[in-house]
Amino acid sequence: MEILVCIKRVPLSGAKFSLTADGRDIDTSRLGFTVSPHEECAVEVAVRLVEQHGGSTTVLSLGVEDAEEQIRDALAVGIDEGILLVTDGEEWDAQATAGAIVDAIAESGKSFDLILFGNESADASGNQVGIRVAHALSRPTLSGLKGVQVSDGVLVGERPAGSVREVFEVSLPAVATVKDGAAIPRYPSVPGRIRAKKKPVHRSTPTRPLSLLAKQSVSVPESVGKQTKILGSGPEGISALVDVFRSIGVI
Amino acid sequence: MSNVPASAKCVVIGAGIVGNSVVYHLARLGWTDIVQLDKGSLPNPGGSTGHASNFIFPVDHTKEMAQLTYDSVKQYREMGVFTECGGIEVARTPERMQELARRVSSAKSWGIDGTSIITPAQIKELVPYIDETVILGGFYTPGVGVVDSLRAGTIMRERAQEMGALTVCAGIEVIGLDVEAGRITRVRTTQGDIEAGTVVIACGLWSPKLAKMAGAEIPLTPAVHQMKDIGPVPRFKDAKGDIEYPIIRDMDTNMYERQHGTGLEVGSYAHRPILHDPEEVPSVEEAPLSPTEFPFTQKDFDLQDEHSLELMPEIIGDESVGQKYAINGLLSLTPDGMPILGETPEVKGLWSVAAVWIKEGPGTGRAVAEWMTHGESEIDLHSSDIARFHDHHKSRKHVKDRSAEGFNKTYGIVHPAEQWNSNRNVRLSPYFEREKSLGAVFFETVGWERPFWYESNAHLLEKYGEAVMPRTAEWESRWWNPIINAEHLAMRETAGLVDLTAFALFDVIGPGALEAVQRVAVRQMDVAVGRVVYTPVLANGGGFKSDLTIMRLGHDQFRVVTGGAHGMADKKWFRDRLPADGTAQIVDLTSKYTTLGIWGPNARKILSAVTSADVSHDGFAFGTCRTIEVDSLRVLASRISYVGDLGWELYVPIEQGAKLWDVISEAGSPHGLLPVGIGVYGTTGRLEKSYRAFGNELETDYNAVEAGMTTAKVKAADFVGKEAHLRQRDEVQITTLCSLTVDDHASKSGQKRYMLGREPILTKAGGPIEDAKGRRSYATSAGSAPSLGKHVLMSYLPPEYATVGTELLVEFLGEQYPVTVAGVGAKPLFDPENLRIMS
Amino acid sequence: MLLVIVDQDRGVLDELSLQAITFANSVDPSAPLVGLVVGASGREVADTLGRFGFTDVYLATAPDLNDYSAAACGRAAAELVSTLAPTAVIAIGSQRGNEILAHLGAILGLPVATECTSLSLGSPTHVVRARWAGNLMESAELHGSPAICSVVSHLAPPAAAMNQTALVTEFFPNFTDTDLAGQVRSRIAESEGGTSLADAKVIVSGGRGVGAEGFGPLEELAHLLAGTVGCSRVVTSAGWRPHAEQVGQTGTKVAPDLYIACGISGATQHLAGCRNSKTIVAINTDPDSPIMAVADYAIVGDLHQILPALVAATRTARGI
Repeated sequence: MEILVCIKRVPLSGAKFSLTADGRDIDTSRLGFTVSPHEECAVEVAVRLVEQHGGSTTVLSLGVEDAEEQIRDALAVGIDEGILLVTDGEEWDAQATAGAIVDAIAESGKSFDLILFGNESADASGNQVGIRVAHALSRPTLSGLKGVQVSDGVLVGERPAGSVREVFEVSLPAVATVKDGAAIPRYPSVPGRIRAKKKPVHRSTPTRPLSLLAKQSVSVPESVGKQTKILGSGPEGISALVDVFRSIGVI
Repeated sequence: MSNVPASAKCVVIGAGIVGNSVVYHLARLGWTDIVQLDKGSLPNPGGSTGHASNFIFPVDHTKEMAQLTYDSVKQYREMGVFTECGGIEVARTPERMQELARRVSSAKSWGIDGTSIITPAQIKELVPYIDETVILGGFYTPGVGVVDSLRAGTIMRERAQEMGALTVCAGIEVIGLDVEAGRITRVRTTQGDIEAGTVVIACGLWSPKLAKMAGAEIPLTPAVHQMKDIGPVPRFKDAKGDIEYPIIRDMDTNMYERQHGTGLEVGSYAHRPILHDPEEVPSVEEAPLSPTEFPFTQKDFDLQDEHSLELMPEIIGDESVGQKYAINGLLSLTPDGMPILGETPEVKGLWSVAAVWIKEGPGTGRAVAEWMTHGESEIDLHSSDIARFHDHHKSRKHVKDRSAEGFNKTYGIVHPAEQWNSNRNVRLSPYFEREKSLGAVFFETVGWERPFWYESNAHLLEKYGEAVMPRTAEWESRWWNPIINAEHLAMRETAGLVDLTAFALFDVIGPGALEAVQRVAVRQMDVAVGRVVYTPVLANGGGFKSDLTIMRLGHDQFRVVTGGAHGMADKKWFRDRLPADGTAQIVDLTSKYTTLGIWGPNARKILSAVTSADVSHDGFAFGTCRTIEVDSLRVLASRISYVGDLGWELYVPIEQGAKLWDVISEAGSPHGLLPVGIGVYGTTGRLEKSYRAFGNELETDYNAVEAGMTTAKVKAADFVGKEAHLRQRDEVQITTLCSLTVDDHASKSGQKRYMLGREPILTKAGGPIEDAKGRRSYATSAGSAPSLGKHVLMSYLPPEYATVGTELLVEFLGEQYPVTVAGVGAKPLFDPENLRIMS
Repeated sequence: MLLVIVDQDRGVLDELSLQAITFANSVDPSAPLVGLVVGASGREVADTLGRFGFTDVYLATAPDLNDYSAAACGRAAAELVSTLAPTAVIAIGSQRGNEILAHLGAILGLPVATECTSLSLGSPTHVVRARWAGNLMESAELHGSPAICSVVSHLAPPAAAMNQTALVTEFFPNFTDTDLAGQVRSRIAESEGGTSLADAKVIVSGGRGVGAEGFGPLEELAHLLAGTVGCSRVVTSAGWRPHAEQVGQTGTKVAPDLYIACGISGATQHLAGCRNSKTIVAINTDPDSPIMAVADYAIVGDLHQILPALVAATRTARGI
């Protein structure tokens, strides 16, 4: 089967964000980058499905030139080739992103049996790119999945709902958005990294359309500033803690 | 959050391995009322200590580093945080195999026993997951180990607290350091101010930022070294401890691999130097991991992935072994690769303990604490002394350029005389262009370009033939030329002109000047105006701080002349001991005067041709100085000689140097005057005369008696180290400085080999030689003595070996060569009666 | 008029949707509220929705629509939008709420702003929405009518029931085969874990500091307090605990009465998942780790020593 998995380069954050001088973005000058945890799992799901069923995988990202780093990371765990849609760093909203992906799929000349996304990106958390791509391609979507299986041309998805799991089934071709927990992502091996350097990455530079959800500025919310009561260092704080348990009513 | 005390006897800023070592050793030496600050939290405030690879290879070519490491390992063992695992430096090339032999020798010189060269098969037995077919052999040090540096830091800190000597304030950032009248007075923090007269900056890569707050400079740069953790490794599945196999240093690829529990840590110093500015280091809240763990740049490790795969295919090629953790880890680099220790020259009471790695942490803490307490440390720290830097050394560009150049040499093969490429031609003498046109080959010393030899003298090679002791082996021919020996021989026949502009010069002036120099110099300084005194400078314990020349130019004026390399530290030593009442001052004249030396049998003939002053032996006694007129120039001439021949040092204002050179050269031409380089001045001349050099024979490790530099009487006036010196004169001497000649240079393959210095001196049976204090014998200097036709080594030897005629061995690049003691003590091998100097 | 999508599952009203009603009211207090319920099973729910302030409630049904389908809900909403022309469509920012709005936006070709904390209708509409699970707030312009937005959960209180009724109208959207294909086919028991993390009243959570073999005392303590064990993402990535126990931005967001964080430093990822807990206790060697920013109480020290002692003390306090 042919699988496309879409990822997004996001900064690796600490506990506190610093902003750029113009207040429009996070200052990433000292930060490293990664992909969202949901997408890491999507990549792992793709690799496993092809290990099981045979076929090939492609990873795609819309981002700056440096996003090649994230594409190579995916290639290093077993994805076969990459597509990088190069931007100038300005953010693309969900509709624009979906549009660029749809165009890239058409350009690739491949018909993917399954297109995987993270359910939402760690930063923008729009929750919608995968679903929009599915509509553009007239395919069914299963979203928020924590279990993904394919058998006989049918995609079976599972996701938790309260105390049970909902089970879905649609015929391929389909789109699925995946959540962290769908698979434990493997770490790349050194041979995997060495192979990744030689795998092909196709590039194109799409033009950004006007934003219909246009970010104006960002801000770091005031932290509640809790005054933590230190009950003690070491075991001496334990009786005070047990008192807290009583006062809350858990004992 | 805790508040801070209002005052402290000493504030130590930093709670990494260094800060923790310092507070412990200060407490141990009796300091109380110490406050330790760190803006991060304990036990891991987020500095380089927190992500260090934590392994220690004790062998280093530098004695100082080896001693600090040795002491650190002792301390780590005592704290129970040292796990011995052994270490192997593997060689992929023949050049590296030669270098490993050199490391065996260094190990012996510094007393690190048990090391050996082992074969690929032996390596495979110790480290089964290595592919032994890609290596030629290895240097095995069984005593290599890993430490829990965070635990060690905590133990040391808690010990100081248990002594009641220390208050620790974590999570508190220093925002200012106040200085009044050149002294540190106050530390300002985010939680209040602390009055303190002693402040120690132990902040790793943040140190320059702190120093700047006080108007001082610590010239280091944060830099990256990459490391990754891969696992789980099937072979380490049942690992019970942190490390059960020796650590591998893959020297030729600048990498290391060590077991880390169930994983393997792979590190690299091979990537392009990645230097950062302290401003780029994020705060604890902003950093995803810690402020010194920067995001890993895979691209810079691509080649290293392949190299490590070659060496350890079993593990690295295993697809199930994944990369779990990888960082660009920040550490501190300095322009000359040595730490930065000591009281800052700019601010009294402000101490720097920076650019120190885990392997020398506790030892450095102890040494600096001793320095702060006693004014000196047991381990001589002159190579790490912060006072060593000249102005241009502290520039951002110099720090970055040299640190970058030095970085890729971390596991490199660095020749003892190797020259830097970056940032050259910074300090040029007035004769630079003339020297260039004479084919001078320039070596750099503290920024000065000094001719080491002159290609224009190449024609002398034919004249002297084998007497120039030519070398055929590549290693000792590097950064050397037989022309040096030819220049030496020619100088001894006619006369040589030496550019000595690199001298550091400063005057001590004022009504208190005599008191000031008396205090520092061992020799009597209350001499007539016009006397030139060559004197040791001792530390409190009687060991050597320096040796230098002082000229009394006036009742209240003394001119100090010392080698450029050590000049700034010497200047600080004098300045720190000026009379407290301000009656003496120091005036730096290094850039005001230039010096030319002229020595050789024809020196007097040449000088008298250009001056009407009486320069006869009786008219101008040895050890005196006076101003003479040479052509139209007023020249301060000083009759002394570091090359052991008749002659003078001539001082003129720097802008008149070229004229002096031309006048002397013209006058010297009919008398065979030739330009002579530092190869002669620094090595060949003095070795024949057994003249000692600071940093070679003279260190705080050895006292004046052992170095053979005592006079019959000791002056009545007090001086630093006098009490110890007097005591040492009465004690039984347990080691003596000797000169040895090499009897047979032929290696096993028949090629003649020539030692370069630092090689171990061994008994005829090949065993090490150690004195009663445990000091090993090694060649403190080595070089040609062309007038003797011999290669000469100097070494301290215990009494049982310190007699003329004793036969010993020197080990050089894996082979041993016979040497004989030719001179004991200060008696020169060449012209022992000093007839030439006194002619 | 504002359209609010109200979710129901097999006839049970989704309580979170009530928060969306309150939010809608705050956006335009004067505008009438219209509700959408999808699926025949929601008939009773639709009938009772009037209590929460709706003037009209629409129930979308189809013979082949027997269970939840995000695409079908989106389709139903799209048809309602073209009929009613609301100024805004609002849902709660839950998995279902967000995906339904995404389908709606895709069908109509309109932008969707998820996880909003405020909405000001206009040309253009202004929203403030949560990025990075609320660690960063974004101000944005939304160019589309109706404004389609989900509101962050637990921002607005649930709408109170009043003594009112609404007109319920059933309608029959033109669902496509694809819309219907995405229905829930079946349900199975949750295989991992005991008490669902999201429902637990007490969670004893472990991070990197606990270590692979160190969760025993946490399990004991959780058991003694009638709670459940949780963990950080580091722990699940390392394979020490199942993903079902992961608390965080990409795991489960929890709001128990008591959250005990053992050896968890408190990366933004994790804090996003636990900060709504009523009481947070941190057990950590580092008094300045980020978890302290949200902790009510802390014991500073080595959890490997503290936890066994805490288990013993709790056992005693419970008289066991």
